[in-house]
Amino acid sequence: MAEALLEIDGLTKRFGGVVAADEFSLMLPAGELHAIIGPNGAGKSTLIGQLTGEVAPDSGRIRFDGLEITNLPVYRRSQLGLARSFQVTTLFPDFTALDNVALSVQAHSGHSFRFWSDARSEIALREPARTALARVGLAERAATLVADLSHGERRQLEIAMALAGRPRMLLLDEPMAGMGPEESIRLVEQLRALKGAITVMLIEHDIDAVFALADRISVLVYGRIIATGDPAAIRSDPAVREAYLGEGAADG
Amino acid sequence: MSPAPKPPVKTGWSIGIVTPRIGLNIAVIATLAVVPAYAALTGNAFALTLFTRVVILAIAALSLNLIMGFGGMVSFGHAAYLGIGGYAVGVLAKEGIGSGFVQWPIAIAAAALYALVVGALSLRTRGVYFIMITLAFAQMVYYVAIGLDRYGGDDGLTIYHRSGFGGLIDLSNRTLFYYLCFGLLLAGTYLVWRIVNSRFGMVIQGARSNERRMRAIGFPTFRYRLVCFVIAGAMCGLAGALLANHTDFISPAMMHWTRSGDLIVMVVLGGMQAMFGPLIGALTFLVLEEGLSRLTEYSNLILGPLLLVVAISIHGGIDGLIVGRRSG
Amino acid sequence: MLYFFEQFLNGIQLGMLLFLLAAGLTLIFGIMDLVNLAHGSLYMLGAYFAATFADWTDSFLLGALLALAATAVTGMLLEVIAMRRLYGRSHLDHVLGTFGLLLFFNELVRLIWGPAGMTLSLPSEMLNAVEVLPGLFYPLYRLVIIGVTLAVAVLMYLLIMRTRLGMLIRAGASNREMVGALGVNIKLLYTMVFGLGAALAGFAGLMQAPILTVQIGMGENILIAAFVVVTIGGIGSIRGAFVASLLVGLADTVGRTFVPDLLHTFLSDSASSSLGRALSSMMIYLVMALVLIARPEGLFPAAGK
Repeated sequence: MAEALLEIDGLTKRFGGVVAADEFSLMLPAGELHAIIGPNGAGKSTLIGQLTGEVAPDSGRIRFDGLEITNLPVYRRSQLGLARSFQVTTLFPDFTALDNVALSVQAHSGHSFRFWSDARSEIALREPARTALARVGLAERAATLVADLSHGERRQLEIAMALAGRPRMLLLDEPMAGMGPEESIRLVEQLRALKGAITVMLIEHDIDAVFALADRISVLVYGRIIATGDPAAIRSDPAVREAYLGEGAADG
Repeated sequence: MSPAPKPPVKTGWSIGIVTPRIGLNIAVIATLAVVPAYAALTGNAFALTLFTRVVILAIAALSLNLIMGFGGMVSFGHAAYLGIGGYAVGVLAKEGIGSGFVQWPIAIAAAALYALVVGALSLRTRGVYFIMITLAFAQMVYYVAIGLDRYGGDDGLTIYHRSGFGGLIDLSNRTLFYYLCFGLLLAGTYLVWRIVNSRFGMVIQGARSNERRMRAIGFPTFRYRLVCFVIAGAMCGLAGALLANHTDFISPAMMHWTRSGDLIVMVVLGGMQAMFGPLIGALTFLVLEEGLSRLTEYSNLILGPLLLVVAISIHGGIDGLIVGRRSG
Repeated sequence: MLYFFEQFLNGIQLGMLLFLLAAGLTLIFGIMDLVNLAHGSLYMLGAYFAATFADWTDSFLLGALLALAATAVTGMLLEVIAMRRLYGRSHLDHVLGTFGLLLFFNELVRLIWGPAGMTLSLPSEMLNAVEVLPGLFYPLYRLVIIGVTLAVAVLMYLLIMRTRLGMLIRAGASNREMVGALGVNIKLLYTMVFGLGAALAGFAGLMQAPILTVQIGMGENILIAAFVVVTIGGIGSIRGAFVASLLVGLADTVGRTFVPDLLHTFLSDSASSSLGRALSSMMIYLVMALVLIARPEGLFPAAGK
């Protein structure tokens, strides 16, 4: 039985009178692709914030590979192997695509208190970066400034950035958002290829992608998980249908 | 709310590999190299004095460009390091320690130390708060200097002997001094160029571009920015030591907040992120200031609105004008 | 004890003057996102206008009213001609541009009024002292400053909280784009807000003129203090500006009065006077540094942004 790579225990967060996270708990075994779905306002951003370290929980604990990370700063969690992609593209607009990914590689290649050698000539950084770009189909766009990339290309770059640091776990924040049908299919294939090798927490609205990829699905409503299980179980769960799938959403 | 950065658009014209920007840089360096000869030939000693000042302030502006242009840290208190460097030289000279071998390292170290303190406290803030807090820290040093009766207080202190380097070089020889400053500027520019393109420089630039993402990919940005801030402070401290030698005088006015403003103007005028931008900016600003003051007693009536026009229209500084259209 | 209370009143009075400046700054910053280094120039103009008009009309009151109007108009003209073009640009551009304006105004004042500065005298009744506490006589004019600026603070509060204009201002401070999207005449709103800020600055300038100074460059020092106030109070917050002004005014006054004496108890005369002067000038910056370390966004940061 695979051990839990990520253990979330009783995360709670209040903003004024709103309970954004309500005793949220989840165990994520290594190698699983776990999807989190739920209506808007369910607390997905708060969850991501608490997992990445941008939001401090009021109570609760998070363990990553046995290590308590609840109070660790954002950069430290990334260094430990917990990478994320952003829902709203958050890249370095005045750098090239290759530079962007190379930075991600650099963050995981020792310290950067090197003041003399040209970083853009460092093979140990550039090669893995090129490979990462090639994997998402952006090889020819390596020398293009991010500001000149199309929206879909930037979304791809988002993923490449998160992967370039060779993370143990990937936290994907609505990666399909704003993607056209062709791009979505490609991304689904890329994620499918990752399954087993990397643990993935996928937070998504695109139900087709979720059901195509997920090993297990959790449904988040008002900061609390109301159901967890494999796709078939979730599809037929009446509570889920009522809370989410049944309310005018697309076919389950 | 800043406008989204637009990529630079290159103009079409160039002569071989000499782009307009390289051409400008070469022209400026060449001009500066022959200033002493020109001064000697025409008997215009003032030109040498003016250009020495240009070169020294260019070093200060260079250090500011490192943190501001490349690092995005807009410090409105950079003149403090000029002052600290200068005062190190002046104070030590007054206390009988005239050796440059002692004065200059202390000037650099003192400036670096203050930058460490200021950076450690200020770099947790961002945007205009950062601008204000750096201004405040500079004001603190300014007031301390005014309170130092022993070292002249508000009136300042004359330095009777320039830093001695025991036969290696005589700083009171103005031509030698000029070339020393010029050499230090070129060396400093090369150093900044290497820093900016190194791994360290990538982190600094990345943090300017998108700090949130930098943290998300695993960089502890604070410590890198702090180190950058200290390097810039140290370099500016050296400029301060040079300045004290140049004017044979130190006073709190060296670190008045308008001096910090002047440095920012120089960096912006010359083009942020351009290697020789600080030099071009210092040259332009000081020559303009000098020229205008000869034209009219009320030079700021022209200089002031000119700065406003620059702020409104030009987005790459003068360098940007040369390189080509940079929308903004 | 009485001496302490007198200094306390002085601190309040300084705080109130700072509030007038800071309120304008924080509004302009909060709504137009504009860093305005030339705000101190409007303060200076208020004083110069008042001195001039009072001279012409032989009446302090009339001079003050005319100066207030003139400064407000100058502010609005400045907004239309120059400030408009800075909106939306980076703060660095603002710093650069308004720094240029600051230099310009200092030079302009020197051209028009000469380098020597001016004086503004008070009507003789104001020169009396009032017995605020048994044995403590405090100048009437300083009490008037406190009273009038408190009244202005209350009016500002009513304006911001109870009027339609105030509602637009509050909305603009927390979400600029939305206000524009609502179809409000943004340009006019901005001009009026800037004019209001200018009037407040000019008012501060003319109020302090009889007791402090009317000279070139007088705006700089107090401008920095005003920025410190805005930073401590939180950008966009009038309430924050009020609390912070009092804090800073008191810190500065108490610092200047008591720090040298405090040092004197265990340092030599010359050391304590040097250090004392330096430290007391630094008080407000120390306070700001402490606040920013604990709360990097000030005491009452405006929500959203």
